[in-house]
Amino acid sequence: MNNLIKKYFYGDYGEIEEGGSNTSQENQWPLWEIFIRSKQGLDHKHVGSLHAADAKMAIENARDVYTRRLEGVSIWVVESKYITANNPDEAGELFEPAKDKIYRHPTFYKLPDKVNHM
Amino acid sequence: MDLEKLATNFQQKINEEIKIEPKDWMPDAYRKTNIRQISQHAHSEIVGMLPEGNWITRAPSLKRKAILLAKIQDEAGHGLYLYSAAETLGISREEMLEQLHTGKAKYSSIFNYPSLTWADMGAIGWLVDGAAIVNQIILCRTSYGPYSRAMIRICKEESFHQRQGFEILWVLSQGTKEQKAMCQDAINRWWWPSLMMFGPKDDESPNTAQSLAWKIKIKTNDELRQQFVDMIAEQVKVLGMTLPDPNLKWNTKKLHYDFGEINWQEFWNVVNGNGPCNKQRLNARIKAHKDGAWVREAASAYAAKKNQPQSKVA
Ligand SMILES: [Fe+2]
Ligand SMILES: [Fe+2]
Repeated sequence: MNNLIKKYFYGDYGEIEEGGSNTSQENQWPLWEIFIRSKQGLDHKHVGSLHAADAKMAIENARDVYTRRLEGVSIWVVESKYITANNPDEAGELFEPAKDKIYRHPTFYKLPDKVNHM
Repeated sequence: MDLEKLATNFQQKINEEIKIEPKDWMPDAYRKTNIRQISQHAHSEIVGMLPEGNWITRAPSLKRKAILLAKIQDEAGHGLYLYSAAETLGISREEMLEQLHTGKAKYSSIFNYPSLTWADMGAIGWLVDGAAIVNQIILCRTSYGPYSRAMIRICKEESFHQRQGFEILWVLSQGTKEQKAMCQDAINRWWWPSLMMFGPKDDESPNTAQSLAWKIKIKTNDELRQQFVDMIAEQVKVLGMTLPDPNLKWNTKKLHYDFGEINWQEFWNVVNGNGPCNKQRLNARIKAHKDGAWVREAASAYAAKKNQPQSKVA
């Protein structure tokens, strides 16, 4: 299940792009995922990604790209290659165990009218 | 799972309006079409900065200059959201830039027209951003998740672009005789190219059917173009100006405006590289990229150097 997010290769391009160059990935700035806290008291939320040479530049670029209208009070950046994700093809099995446990929801319990607002 | 099953599941998700995310299985052609459409959309945002950049130093006041700068900075951001969305499909940023610089990838033809007067800043905001908005609002519902999210973010920012453009023209339309003439002239020059932004007619747009089935597109070129004409034909009255089309007329049966035939020869000419500014735009992009090379290299070198002692400890 160790399934890293890989956004940096795929060899299959459209007709127009066919025969594209072999520009190496090494001289490209790494990709960073950006998380923004929109105001104190709320969680950081994923907003997108960008390239930057290092973490400091990633934060500065994220400031310019994602908070031009005061959309944030705090920024987290993490290099995309360090994010591990589950395999979507196996999502069915992964989340299956939660499916039949409807008694985990408050609506499962039918209480007398008098206390049903509980 | 065999291919047929995967394809059926995929189409079912699309039909149920479930978004497709980067690591989900998708048909190769879906991936290709999205890469092409999203990257060309990104290129359009980036090249689109050039006609307006032309007027930053000549904006008539400090206020207008600040507004124009903010607007152009937004467009750079739009380009970035879209490049990132395309990258989730597996193409690299460098490769997309290479496609732009070598002319393999296209960008919206509208940006190959020159911005001759200050009134053009108004006409571009009102008509060009206006046409883009019509396209983009509907694309918020596109089936590929990262593209849809980029569109939602972009749409939030676009409304200011169109409003500031209309305001520029509004002020000119209240001004001297010369300013009024300048306003009308800009509308005359940008009207037809704006209509061309919606692309070829539906019966000459071979990818439309498949793109609609995959919900990469939600409405056809002609539907969106009509929507735009109906909107602008009303707004232009507020300016006391006219659109340069003698055939523009409200059709009481269709409840839409009829309008004249677009000069498709001009459209294909510009698409194929022979518009007034194609060469100039591309050269400006290539030059900017080349001139920035030392900055990119220096930043990489600095990052590598800073990381060295750390990696020794680790
Ligand atoms: Fe834009
Ligand atoms: Fe815009």
